[in-house]
Amino acid sequence: MMAPTLLYFLIFRYGPLWNAQIAFKDFRPLLGVWGSPWAGLQNFASFFNSFYFEELISNTLFFSVTKLVLGIPLAVILALALHETWFARYRTVVQTMAYLPHFLSWVVMFGVMLTVLSPNNGLINQVIELLGGRPIAFLTSPEWFRQVVVLSDLWKETGWSTILYLAALLAISPNLYEAATVDGASHLQRIRHISLPGILPVIVLVTLLRLGHILEAGFNQIFVLYSVPVYSVGDIIDTWVYRQGVLQFQFSLATAVGLFKGVVGLILILVANRLSKRMTELPLF
Amino acid sequence: MVQVRTRDALAFQALVAVILLIVLIAIILPLWRVIVTAFTPLDVYTRGGAPLFLAPGQWTAEAFRQLLGHPLFPRAMLNSVIITLAGTALSLVLTVPLAYGLSSHALPGRNGIMLMILFTFLFNPGLIPVYLLVTKLGLTNSFWAIILPPAVGVTNTLVMMRFFEGLPEELREAARMDGANELQVLWHVILPLSKPILLTIGLFYSVYFWNEFFTPILYLTDRDLMPLPVLLRNILISASFNEYVEYDAFSSASLESLKSAAVLLTMLPMLLVYPWIQRYFTKGSLLGAVKE
Repeated sequence: MMAPTLLYFLIFRYGPLWNAQIAFKDFRPLLGVWGSPWAGLQNFASFFNSFYFEELISNTLFFSVTKLVLGIPLAVILALALHETWFARYRTVVQTMAYLPHFLSWVVMFGVMLTVLSPNNGLINQVIELLGGRPIAFLTSPEWFRQVVVLSDLWKETGWSTILYLAALLAISPNLYEAATVDGASHLQRIRHISLPGILPVIVLVTLLRLGHILEAGFNQIFVLYSVPVYSVGDIIDTWVYRQGVLQFQFSLATAVGLFKGVVGLILILVANRLSKRMTELPLF
Repeated sequence: MVQVRTRDALAFQALVAVILLIVLIAIILPLWRVIVTAFTPLDVYTRGGAPLFLAPGQWTAEAFRQLLGHPLFPRAMLNSVIITLAGTALSLVLTVPLAYGLSSHALPGRNGIMLMILFTFLFNPGLIPVYLLVTKLGLTNSFWAIILPPAVGVTNTLVMMRFFEGLPEELREAARMDGANELQVLWHVILPLSKPILLTIGLFYSVYFWNEFFTPILYLTDRDLMPLPVLLRNILISASFNEYVEYDAFSSASLESLKSAAVLLTMLPMLLVYPWIQRYFTKGSLLGAVKE
């Protein structure tokens, strides 16, 4: 009964693994994956020695680290606010709206962002012009592109990422809050001494999981939003692999870079999993 | 939670309410902006862009009429529907048996299969090896290239497996005693009890397929196969609209209205199923997260 699925895994998950050997070869489409001559570590060497290596790594890490460092506190604050409010109806409305962007594709997001950011009558630029300023091309100027990427990701995902924290908050015994109130604890003291310690394991878990995926800077997002003028600040490993491999036919080089990322990712997630078991007693997978 | 209405408590509640209000406005404003822009008539738009509010009499559906009047847009919608339905069906048909099999700890070779699946989850060799495989198999310019490679999600499989594990083992044993084979057990006993998980995972898959735009760009060069998100992207980055709309010089719509209308039409199915999605997804993502 499982045979078709196992066949799927063999072909579509392990087939690519077989193809990945071209990272160590000089791949020529006519000779095929197996027939192409071996090239040792040459592809890796030319990537590590190239001038774009540093740029790609630093852009990739900038996006993933900034999204992590800003995203987790914002999600925690929003989860706490949702948990604390007395108005159940209001909470439901905010939750419903805040979860919505998570389900939009980045193409739709791009369209939404244009109505706000476009130099041509975008909302923010209308305000800037009203105040006497000059419109800013947020998406195509290198000074603004990174902020736009990080903020749009926060806009899209913060609401959805509160779900785990909310579940952890609901699991905290109400008796604790009652006892604290009787003892005269203020609201901030209750958050600090009951809520935050209660969700700390989840915060640690999420942080470790995201550290394990630190080389994932958001391919779909960058792919849709970036353009030639912002390559220097926006190009990440994945977008570069796509351009080199698919558009420039540098299959072996692009595969080597993808493989490098895959191996680093594997090591990171295994380390994160071990740390998670030790710190929270919860494995990541 | 205890609600003691001291002055301190009320001040705190006000602070919380303001934080939530800021979030609410930040989310709604851009979406509202898209709606207004899509319905703004050309003459209003040319006087300085879309307004914050549009007078009730001014709303015009001209941009929608132009988009839907051209054959390209309805065609792309149909393609997206086909990809979403076929992809979701295929994904479920492949995911369910694997999750069911793995949920039985007596399965011979279970650990080996588990390891084989987990490894593909942890190690990703990147885009190019998959690209070479798909082109080599001759799947380009067919929907198979979109729905086959991502057909089984490892996380989805594990979430479903955990759900099956939670069902009483006696059910299966009783059915087996009555002479049912594994397929019959799955079909007649397990699946009728598994509607919530099937709906949740099915929705996960369908949102993925509805939103997917990168693999269609990669593998579909034939314009007739273009799904909605790819057409939307082309519309959003194009400066001239003659190839996308039923162009009418006299009662036209602004480029921005056409773009926003295309965004709304792409979002529409999502908005229609969103109430269900939200409920099941919230449960589903917790199923995956809070285990044991």
